[in-house]
Amino acid sequence: MGVGIEVINLNAWYGTNHTLQDINLNIPANHATALIGPSGCGKSTFVRCINRMHETNPIARVSGTVLIGGLDIYADAKPVEIRRRVGMVFQRPNPFPTMSIYDNVAAGLKLNGYSDRHALDEIVEKSLKNSALWDEVKDDLKKKSGASLSGGQQQRLCIARALAVDPEVLLMDEPASALDPVSTSKIEDLIFQLKSQYTIVIVTHNMQQAARVAEKTGFFLNGRMVEFDTTHKIFTNPSDKRTEDYITGRFG
Amino acid sequence: MLATVLVVAPLVAVFIYVVYKGASSLNVAFFTHNPVPVGEVGGGMANAILGSAILLCVGSLLGIPVGIAGGIFLAEFGRGTKLANAVRFTADVLNGVPSIVMGIAVYSLVVVPQGHFSAFSGGVALGIMMIPTVCRTTEEMLLMVPNAVREAALALGVPNWRSVLSITVRTASPGIITGCMLAFARVAGETAPLIFTAFGNVGWSEKLTEPIAALPLQIYVYALSPYDEWHRLAWAGALVLIVLIVLAVSLVRFVTSRGVLKGAS
Repeated sequence: MGVGIEVINLNAWYGTNHTLQDINLNIPANHATALIGPSGCGKSTFVRCINRMHETNPIARVSGTVLIGGLDIYADAKPVEIRRRVGMVFQRPNPFPTMSIYDNVAAGLKLNGYSDRHALDEIVEKSLKNSALWDEVKDDLKKKSGASLSGGQQQRLCIARALAVDPEVLLMDEPASALDPVSTSKIEDLIFQLKSQYTIVIVTHNMQQAARVAEKTGFFLNGRMVEFDTTHKIFTNPSDKRTEDYITGRFG
Repeated sequence: MLATVLVVAPLVAVFIYVVYKGASSLNVAFFTHNPVPVGEVGGGMANAILGSAILLCVGSLLGIPVGIAGGIFLAEFGRGTKLANAVRFTADVLNGVPSIVMGIAVYSLVVVPQGHFSAFSGGVALGIMMIPTVCRTTEEMLLMVPNAVREAALALGVPNWRSVLSITVRTASPGIITGCMLAFARVAGETAPLIFTAFGNVGWSEKLTEPIAALPLQIYVYALSPYDEWHRLAWAGALVLIVLIVLAVSLVRFVTSRGVLKGAS
């Protein structure tokens, strides 16, 4: 089951560049939350702070508190533990090119020392079914490489790979921006199904997409969170002038 | 097209000439008999073929692991550090050291303390010569692995060292294997570093602690001799050396390509 995320006074830097400034918000459990905003506004940095991927960049720094299901991830946990609980799907599909479809999905478990074959088979099947890819690949699981699939299939493979380690939160950093419309709508359908089991945070450039899949939406601008509210309110009656300007297409 | 011809032509020319000169002296005895004294007809290079195999095994066991470990350090763990720059510089300089100098260095470091020439010291000389090639190609190949692949592994909660060994190195493995084969093929034909180390041996020896024969050494000695019979054997030896290198490289390629999946890049 998903858990809620509480972010308190989060600041992040790349070198001297202060990319996130005093972010405070509560992301509800088992819902989809969309983050919108112009390029370079800090949305991607924000999600990377939630699974401690931000700090894999040597010049990156972070301060503040992030509570995931009550656990303070910067004070009381190691990065690898957090990343197992918070799955991530990237902008460009990034399957492991030399691994089979099966091994791609099983990678997170296998590389963490999990070796029960029978259980792995079941988890792989369940994860691929959850990512709506099973029917397309079930005959080639161990024969074909993950890289041989189409872009949309690769992205669903990456979602299956993230689901296989049984996370509580799923972060998606513009998961459909490199995909065609048909693949995009498949990913959106998937988000709709998955949010009953996981807390989903989706970064998107596409405002229609945010409106379609998310209950809550946050608007980021220049490293600050301008407004966070229900998606309906953000898109119909935003409280902040800048949000209104952005969603009506006056800039960004 | 022209480039292809320019690259392939010298190789083909050398190969054809070696086949032309060497094939006629090849017979079963060449592979089963040791060299015979001057004046006697026949004899072969069985001991030198075995010797080369042993020397290359020792060399590969030393050079490949050290080279790959160095390459992994340069590309993954030491990126941008002073130590990495020093290692990279050392590898490049080592690559430029003449092979005869390598032989003398190993002579003073291994042969002199040991008190006698040995197969082991020859293997060490070849192994050291393999390190820079293996190290630098490993680094280059690892740097070609997209960062997205590393991030994918880290985002699954895989520890960094595990991600490097199981994901990044695995993704780069076809290129790393090519680098190892290049280094292997290069040192397989080296004569100079063996003169002061393996020394050569007219008889059969399979001991690491004794002087051992090697195909390039044998070819060198036979080619410089004044005897026609030995000249013919030297050509045959050259042909066998080339064919064995091609076979070894092809075998490794075949074995390592069997696990490759459909569509893997």
